[in-house]
Amino acid sequence: MESVITHEGLNLKETELRLGLPGSDKPEKETIYSLRNNKRAVPDSVEDRESVSDAKHETAPPPKAQVVGWPPIRSYRKNCFQPKKADSETGNYVKVSMDGAPYLRKVDLKVYKCYAELLEALENMFKLTIGSEFAPTYEDKDGDWMLVGDVPWDMFMSSCKRLRIMKGSEAKGLGHGV
Amino acid sequence: MDPVRKRTKDLSKSVDSAHLAPFPDEVLEKVLSLVKSHKDRSSVSLVCKDWYNADRWSRSKIFIGNCYSVSPEIVARRFPNIRSVTLKGKPRFSDFNLVPQNWGADIHSWLVVFAQVYPFLEELRLKRMVVSDESLEFLANSFPGFKVLSLLSCDGFSTDGLKAIATHCKNLTELDIQENGIDDLGGGWLSCFPETFVSLEVLNFASLNSDVTFDALERLVSRCKALRVLKVNKHISLEQIQKLLLRAPQLMEVGTGSFQQELVPRQFAELETAFGSCKNLHTLSGLWEASSVYLPVIYPACANLTYLNLSYATLQSDELSKLLPNCSNLRRLWVLDTVEDKGLEAVGSSCPLLEELRVFPADPFDQDMVHGVTESGFVAVSSGCRKLHYVLYFCRQMTNAAVATIVKNCPDFTHFRLCIMNPGQADYLTNDPMDEAFGAVVKTCTKLQRLAVSGLLTDKTFEYIGKYAKNLETLSVAFAGSSDRGMQSVMEGCPKLRKLEIRDCPFGNEALLSGLDKYESMRSLWMSACNLTMNGCRQLAKNMPRLNVEVIKDEESDDSEADKVYVYRSVVGPRRDAPPFVLTL
Repeated sequence: MESVITHEGLNLKETELRLGLPGSDKPEKETIYSLRNNKRAVPDSVEDRESVSDAKHETAPPPKAQVVGWPPIRSYRKNCFQPKKADSETGNYVKVSMDGAPYLRKVDLKVYKCYAELLEALENMFKLTIGSEFAPTYEDKDGDWMLVGDVPWDMFMSSCKRLRIMKGSEAKGLGHGV
Repeated sequence: MDPVRKRTKDLSKSVDSAHLAPFPDEVLEKVLSLVKSHKDRSSVSLVCKDWYNADRWSRSKIFIGNCYSVSPEIVARRFPNIRSVTLKGKPRFSDFNLVPQNWGADIHSWLVVFAQVYPFLEELRLKRMVVSDESLEFLANSFPGFKVLSLLSCDGFSTDGLKAIATHCKNLTELDIQENGIDDLGGGWLSCFPETFVSLEVLNFASLNSDVTFDALERLVSRCKALRVLKVNKHISLEQIQKLLLRAPQLMEVGTGSFQQELVPRQFAELETAFGSCKNLHTLSGLWEASSVYLPVIYPACANLTYLNLSYATLQSDELSKLLPNCSNLRRLWVLDTVEDKGLEAVGSSCPLLEELRVFPADPFDQDMVHGVTESGFVAVSSGCRKLHYVLYFCRQMTNAAVATIVKNCPDFTHFRLCIMNPGQADYLTNDPMDEAFGAVVKTCTKLQRLAVSGLLTDKTFEYIGKYAKNLETLSVAFAGSSDRGMQSVMEGCPKLRKLEIRDCPFGNEALLSGLDKYESMRSLWMSACNLTMNGCRQLAKNMPRLNVEVIKDEESDDSEADKVYVYRSVVGPRRDAPPFVLTL
């Protein structure tokens, strides 16, 4: 094969993978896979970097479709291993303790879209009413105990490490921030 | 209880002086029974009729690499005294979802015959077979002396089937369940081993997902004094593995559960002691989610380790660099590419006796990945580990020069499996195809038995392979080659080729037919997403009646194309259990 190796990269057409016979150009047969340009060493200067990224923008191929069975990794290995970016797929479970309760619970914060939903769920879970007698608090990333509701929901979601429902005299007067 | 069938003495033999045997049949049988390797046994059986018969009567272990190459009836007729069976079913690419469900390779018809002919069957080792719960129950109830069950990459059964095995197999010594497509209905199967059951030597349930009752497991481990291999699943905590190790310090192979538990210093010390007390421990695996904080508990056992499987632990380079100096005796190491090149440098400097390295990708589908390992990690290992002969390496960049250096450092490769994950990717420094890399491999590594190629490859690669790879038995090719000439070169060379699997290559009918003379000496050929047509396959089938030429029809492809083709030799002709989407030509 006389591969035409151009300055920009490979001759994509030559090596494009298709379901049709070579030489045929059947539009209905989708390309299951298309090569992209090889990664080149990123140039040092800022202008070069910009032009590279510009070029990438203009000629960037569509996101690579996943080829069936490639790379050749057995399915058990794919299924049972989730790398550390687990947060995007699995839930955001935090422990919830309630003063006086013998054991803790866990809630997935990702399930709720706002404070109201979370509080309602907690009320159902512990059979209580958030109000004068119970106050929801949480431990944030810095280890401080905060009242639930002061910060925007998204900020709360990312900083909440665990929840604690305070009861009794400590709770009085706290209400909740929502 | 143990009647080995004896054949009736052939009296005419002893009077015929022209054919006087040098020694009696029984002696010949005894001598031949010491020949263990199935390949040697095959050779033995071809010497002469006497030896064929002696092998026939004395063979107790049988290995069948393709379940469709022969029938259970033929096996039963030829070998009356089989105790141990190893069977392989589906083509290897089924591991990567290239073979549809219900393709075949069901064990049941074999078991039915075995139950009649080999009531004293002891061992069954299956790979890529379909096994149902009914089959497992049938097995458990048909063979009272059953000892060893090993299921690797099988599917079709659930934990209910395991319940039957645990309940009924009173003499079980091995239960090895690996990487199967299993329906995990719960961990109750383990509790089905009766309290009187004490014979277990090998227990591997690492790939099962559900919780077993720890109490039952602990009691089982305590009473099975001959237990030497224990691989638990990730639901077993660190605290629990510590208890198990205390019960079974004689263990030689351990697969831990999850390594992610908050331990107080006392627990940490107890774990260290537990690992230290296992004086026979040479293999360690599991280590799910192992972090640098708790990894040191295994240090007391590291000096004796010969095989360490870290492929479920997302270790970084510094964590591996701290661990490996303790493991100077390692022969086999499996890691994730999270350790990066720096981690592999530590391998090169700490493990001079290393013979096998496998580097798996932690995130194979992440397109923007800038981490993982590169050619320099591989070169670093090769320069420190001169005895390296088996490698499986997943990477995102490679160069011809690096591979040339690697094989110069390690010329004894028997298994070279390189996967450059971006299909058809060139040498990233020169932009050349990777032809010279694999050329160097086959020219230098004269003992090469298994090769998997990747990257941008022209026909040149295959010309090199055909010309130089004299001992090559298994070849895997994907997204490579430029024309029929590529595959033809391989078919014209490679005298010892047995298994050839090809996907997404521009090889057509001419290439397929160029192998006419070769296919009967091979176990199988797989070609998918190439340029084969039904006519080409029909021609092959017509010319080679002792081959089964199977085409798996793809709904989307048109009628003339042969999208997935599986060709294999068989003494029993077309299989009768082929599903409607498999056409035997």
